[in-house]
Amino acid sequence: MKKMTYAEGIREGMSQRMRENSDVLLFGEDVGKFGGCFGVSAGMWEEFGDMRVRDTPISEGVIIGAAVGSAACGLRPIAELMFVDFLTVGMDQLVNQAAKMRYMFGGKIALPMVVRLPAGGGISAAAQHSQSLESWVTHVPGLKVVYPSNAQDAYGLMLTAIDDDNPVVFLENKVLYSVKSEVEDKVEPIPFGKASVTKEGTDVTIITYGRQVLDSLKAAEALAKDGINAEIVDLRSLFPLDKETIFKSLEKTHKVVLVNEEAKRGAFTGEIASIIAEEYFYELDAPIKRVGALNTPVPFALNLENYVLPNNQDIVAAVKSLF
Amino acid sequence: MNITNEQIKNMYETMLKIRKFESRAKDLFAEGKIPGFVHLYIGEEAVATGACANLNNDDYITSTHRGHGHIIAKGGNLDNMMAELFGKETGYCKGKGGSMHIADATKGILGANGIVGAGHNIAVGAGLAAQYKKTGQVCVCFFGDASTNQSTFHEALNLASVWKLPVVFVCENNGYGISVSQERHQAITDVSVRATAYNIPGITVDGNDVFAVYEAVGEAVARARKGQGPTLIECKTYRHRGHFEGDMTVYRTKEELEAWLKKDPIPRIEKYILENNIMTEEEIKEENAKVENMVKEAEKFADESNVPTLESALEDVYTDIVEEGRVR
Repeated sequence: MKKMTYAEGIREGMSQRMRENSDVLLFGEDVGKFGGCFGVSAGMWEEFGDMRVRDTPISEGVIIGAAVGSAACGLRPIAELMFVDFLTVGMDQLVNQAAKMRYMFGGKIALPMVVRLPAGGGISAAAQHSQSLESWVTHVPGLKVVYPSNAQDAYGLMLTAIDDDNPVVFLENKVLYSVKSEVEDKVEPIPFGKASVTKEGTDVTIITYGRQVLDSLKAAEALAKDGINAEIVDLRSLFPLDKETIFKSLEKTHKVVLVNEEAKRGAFTGEIASIIAEEYFYELDAPIKRVGALNTPVPFALNLENYVLPNNQDIVAAVKSLF
Repeated sequence: MNITNEQIKNMYETMLKIRKFESRAKDLFAEGKIPGFVHLYIGEEAVATGACANLNNDDYITSTHRGHGHIIAKGGNLDNMMAELFGKETGYCKGKGGSMHIADATKGILGANGIVGAGHNIAVGAGLAAQYKKTGQVCVCFFGDASTNQSTFHEALNLASVWKLPVVFVCENNGYGISVSQERHQAITDVSVRATAYNIPGITVDGNDVFAVYEAVGEAVARARKGQGPTLIECKTYRHRGHFEGDMTVYRTKEELEAWLKKDPIPRIEKYILENNIMTEEEIKEENAKVENMVKEAEKFADESNVPTLESALEDVYTDIVEEGRVR
C-alpha cells in the first residue's frame, strides 16, 4: 500500500494505460506543459510528448467532438474539460453525437472515449465554476457515468473507463484532488456498476458518492455518538447503477438518506429515490430523505457557499429526522 | 484535366444513382412509404460525386441531414439505404437511424447528421486519428452554407489548421439555410473567404460542374495527405427541391429555380460525355436503364424486408448493456 492523492490516482490510471496502449491520448485546455488546470496531468506531457498530450484551443465543442471523431476512427481518446460547467459549450457533441451515434448507426460503430469533467464547489469559484451536473449526464442513454471518491477508485475506474468501448463521463471532484488515501501497489480495473460499502452499519443507509462520501463518514462518526450505526454506500458508478448493493443494504437498515452535491431540484438522488420507491418501497420503515445543495447557483462568498452546499451536519440532521 | 474516360463514366453513374434514388425517394415519401423527414440532394449531385471521386475506400467523410448523395458517392449500398429510409431491419442502421443518420464504417462514412454543423468537429477527430496513426487517410467534411454560422465551423477549422489535420472542408453553398437566404444569414457572398481567418487555402468553385469540384478537392486531398493541413472549398450549387419534402418553398421565386434548372449538373455532364465521344447516346440510355433498375431493386429489397424486432430497440445503446424493455 502507498498513499496517493486523488489527482495522482487519476493521473496514474491515465499514464498506465498510455504506456500500455499507444491508441490512448489525452487532450484538453492546458493539459500539456502546464499540467492541467488542477495539475492532474502534471508530468504527462514530459513523459508522452506533444502528439499524445495535446493542448487544445479553448473550444469545448471541438475538444469533445475530436474525441468522438477519433474514437470512431480507432483511437481511445481522453478529453478533459477544465470545469464540468463548460460542458454546456460542448453539450451537443456529448449528448447528440457521442451518446447516440452507436445507436443511430445500428451498432455499427463504437466510441471508446473518456470525457473528464472536474466538478463541484467548495473552492470559492462561484456559479460558473462550481456546479455538479450528474443528473444531466446520467439522464442521457448511451453514456456511462462514474464519480470516484478516493485515489484507489479514481485509479481503478480510470483504467476501466479507458478500456470501455462506450463514451464514459468521468466526473472528478475538485476538493478531493489534493486528498490523500491508501492505494494498493497494483491497482486493478474497477468494474462499472459496483458500489462499495465504505462503512458497514445496521441502522440507516447513506447512499452517496464523490466528496460527500467524506462528509458522510464525518456524519457517521457523530451519529455513532448518539447510538446510530450508519452504513455508507459509495456508488462510484452512477450508470450503470449497482441496485443490488443498495437493496442489500436496505434489507438490513430499512432507512435511507441520499446525499450528493447537486442543487436538490432534479438531482440524481431523486432518481435513486424513485428506484427505491418503485422497487423496494416495502423494505422502508421511514420516508426517503435527500440531502443536496440549495436550489440556487453556487455563490462566491465563503459563508454563502458553505451555506448553500451540503455538509456533514446536514447529513446528521437528515438521518436523525428518521429516528 | 487529368481524368480518364473511365473515371468520367463512373462519375456519371454516381450522379445518376443519386438523382434516381432521390427522385424515387421523393415519390415514396409522397406515397407514405417513407416516414419522417426526407431532405433530398437533387441538384447538388456534382458536389458529392466530384469530391468523393478523389477518395479511397478507407478515407472518411462526415455528412449532413441532406446526406443521401454523400453516402452514395462514397460507395453506400442502395439496398441498405432504401431499407433504412423504410425503417426496416435490413437498413444500414437496422431501422434505428433513418434518412438523417445513415453510416457505414466499413466505407469510412461517419454518418449523416441531424445537427447542423456537428460534422465539422467529428471530421477534426477523424483527421486527428489519421494524422496520429500516420495512415495517409483524409476526411472530407460536407456541410451547407448556413452551418458556417455555427460555432463548430470556427472551432473545427481553427483546430484543424493549428494541428495541420488532413481534413477537406467542402461547403455546399445552396444559397439557403432552410428558408433563409444566404444574404439574410451571413454578410458575405463567398464562404471561402472565411479560410483567411484560419490561414488555410479557400477556394470557390462551380458546384454544378463535377470536374471543377473534382479538381479542387483533388488538390486539397493531395495537400492533406502530404501533411499540409486543411482546405476550405466552397461549391456553389442549388437544391431543386425544398429543404425537406413538403416544403412549399415560398421563400424563393420560380424564376430563380428555373435559372438553376438550366444549370442542372446532370445534363451538363451528359453533354460533355457526348461531345467528347466518351459514351454514345445509346450507351447513356443503357446506363440510365441500369441505374433505374438498381433503384427498383433497392425498393424491392426494402419493401420485402422485415420491420425490426421490438427487442432491437433495446440493443446498441451500449456495446455491452441491453436496456430493459416493457411489457404491453
